[in-house]
Amino acid sequence: MFKKTFRRGIHPLHNQHEGKGPTRHLPIEDYVSDSVVIPMNTNIGAPSVPCVKKGDLVKMGQVIATAGGFVGVPVHASVSGEVTAVEPIPYLGSVPAMAITIKNDFNDTWCDLSPLGSVEQVDPAKVIPAIQAAGITGMGGASFPTHVKLTFREGASCDTIVVNGAECETHLTADHRLMLENSTRIVDGLRAVMRALKVGKGIIAIEDNKPDAIAAMQKAAQGRDGVSVQPLKTKYPQGGEKQLIEAVTGRQVPSGKLPIDVHVVVLNVGTCAAIADAIIDGKPLISRVTTVTGHVVNPKNLRLRIGTIAGDAIGYCGGFSQEPGKIFFGGAMTGICIPNTQVPMAKSTNGIVVFNEKEGKSKDESPCIRCGRCVAACPIGLNPYQIKVAADKSDFAAAEKLHVNDCMLCGSCAYACPSRRWLTPSFKFAKDKLAAEAKAKAQGGANK
Amino acid sequence: MNLRLSTAPHVHNPVTTQRLMLYVLIALLPTAAFGVYAFGVPALIILLVSMASAVLAEFLWQKIARQPVRVGDLSALLTGLILGLNLPANAPWWLAVIGSVFAVIIVKQLFGGLGDNFLNPAMAARAVLLASWPVHMTTYVAPTFFKAAVDAVATATPLVMKDASLMSLFMGNIPGTIGEVSKIAILVGFLFLLVTKTISWHIPVSMVGGVFVFSWLFGADPVMAILSGGVLFGAVFMATDYVTSPMTPWGRIIYGLGIGLIISLIRQFGAYPEGVTYGILLMNIATPLIDRFLPRKIYGHQKEAKKA
Repeated sequence: MFKKTFRRGIHPLHNQHEGKGPTRHLPIEDYVSDSVVIPMNTNIGAPSVPCVKKGDLVKMGQVIATAGGFVGVPVHASVSGEVTAVEPIPYLGSVPAMAITIKNDFNDTWCDLSPLGSVEQVDPAKVIPAIQAAGITGMGGASFPTHVKLTFREGASCDTIVVNGAECETHLTADHRLMLENSTRIVDGLRAVMRALKVGKGIIAIEDNKPDAIAAMQKAAQGRDGVSVQPLKTKYPQGGEKQLIEAVTGRQVPSGKLPIDVHVVVLNVGTCAAIADAIIDGKPLISRVTTVTGHVVNPKNLRLRIGTIAGDAIGYCGGFSQEPGKIFFGGAMTGICIPNTQVPMAKSTNGIVVFNEKEGKSKDESPCIRCGRCVAACPIGLNPYQIKVAADKSDFAAAEKLHVNDCMLCGSCAYACPSRRWLTPSFKFAKDKLAAEAKAKAQGGANK
Repeated sequence: MNLRLSTAPHVHNPVTTQRLMLYVLIALLPTAAFGVYAFGVPALIILLVSMASAVLAEFLWQKIARQPVRVGDLSALLTGLILGLNLPANAPWWLAVIGSVFAVIIVKQLFGGLGDNFLNPAMAARAVLLASWPVHMTTYVAPTFFKAAVDAVATATPLVMKDASLMSLFMGNIPGTIGEVSKIAILVGFLFLLVTKTISWHIPVSMVGGVFVFSWLFGADPVMAILSGGVLFGAVFMATDYVTSPMTPWGRIIYGLGIGLIISLIRQFGAYPEGVTYGILLMNIATPLIDRFLPRKIYGHQKEAKKA
């Protein structure tokens, strides 16, 4: 079995099974909470616009908010019950987010669904509109509306669809379990997209620390047109879109361009399963698999309704086993910290990880000793040390010349740094500054 | 419940600066132990004096300059040990003190402390001592191995006498500085540094390879060239100093070859019998240039580079 990979990279928590040990053998469990709080701005693009009001009774799967634009998605009720609030809540980031709260009646009464039938029979022209109507966004973490990704601009063409089952992030086993338990659905979703885009090749790429998932997906792919499985070496960030494309196809996405510019589309395994659900059952995206792990009493892989409060999911896992010091959505390399346990999870929340006091403590920076470990780690081939020097002097023009905009904030350099330098945060700051400058420049030009 | 908020990543490689310095110290143990075994108590005194004065100098400087005291990162201790290993066993104790203080205060702290010095502190201090007290620095005793039989007589290094057998060169039965004589002890340390991934192979291999090839081209015996003097010690423990060597693999190879070339030039055509000190110092100076101007392959930029 030939395993592919990319250059450089790191092996976080390598001697601890990447932190996946506690949950990788646990089947997915369903969990439904008393109420859900569904934020409107969790996708990239325009926030959704609520179309229900307090007191309305909603059915499961009913549209409760419409897309805020083409780059936006509708939102569906993830439980049936009564809308108890439509108001802004404190959410990740500094700006409060509009959110719809629904009190669950535990009847799970579905709204009227319109299934399109088998993915091999469905009219290809209906696939992308169905994906749009189902409110599907990228479930690997970025939350980019999937129908936008699949709608190419003039002249663009695609010859390969790569399904991302790498799950290179630490602690997470949600995709792993999905591949074991829902392998056919993942292949169905991939086939639907292949037919819609008239693409002949679909490759499911999986890291070799999940041999059972590789076997399950190979079995599911048998006899399916153009679908194959590609094992990858276990290395972070193998599941990064650019690294995945390089490993699987040998192509590099040019700087500042998109995967479609090298004729590739990458979809997460969860996204593929959601696409299959939307077509075969007509069901919108109202739940997802999330790994709840770290210092909780019983770590679990849960199928959560979108909008489940983090604290409810943690409570279902038996609560904290140690005083928590830090909780984040996602894996330890790129996860986003939550300020309290009242924050609801969203379509992209693949993990809720609890760190104790000791693990959560921030480390002090010590002087850079120029050891070059950041250079050896960077999957893009940047020199993080030089960019950090420029960024610390607020010389963002110099940082740009050193290609800070090619940095994808994977955190590999900061992980590897023996001096615990805050490399990734300062690169994010520099990138944000440069983006703001470019925007101001563009607007200034338009005003002239 | 008080949750901390921070940006990712939330996990770090357990290897810290302090641990890297500790690994180098451990890697130097065989060399230091052999030095003491070969040259006796005077060698031990020189090593202890230079380590103590380096640590004390750093501590006092950071106190006086009201900086956070970072003696605990072990870098000063390492500088002191390396400097001590660079001295002849019969050097006076004050030479070790002057060298350590110069290394830590002038070369390291005055330029901004750990990470900001552009020269290897121990190497620069050795160069200053060599220029200021050449007699003390080049009067070597033959190893005594605790056999009091031979009175410690000043002898020339193999670079001058050119008649030592390869075996005694390799095992360390030759006059020289405390640290450079036993090649086998240095190689054990090198292996440890490679296994613990403290250093990469690039600098030591390219530097020794450079000395081999260039001295052969210039008409010297290449095997003799790499086994004599401080080539091996310098390649493993001094040229690999993180702060003053390039960060990229190809940069490191260029740097190592550059040192090899300069050593061979000085040995064959220069007035000094030994060139390791100046080879490393000159390439230290070239390091920022190598890091800055060596082109790198960046993901997504290859095609542009080809077109240009």
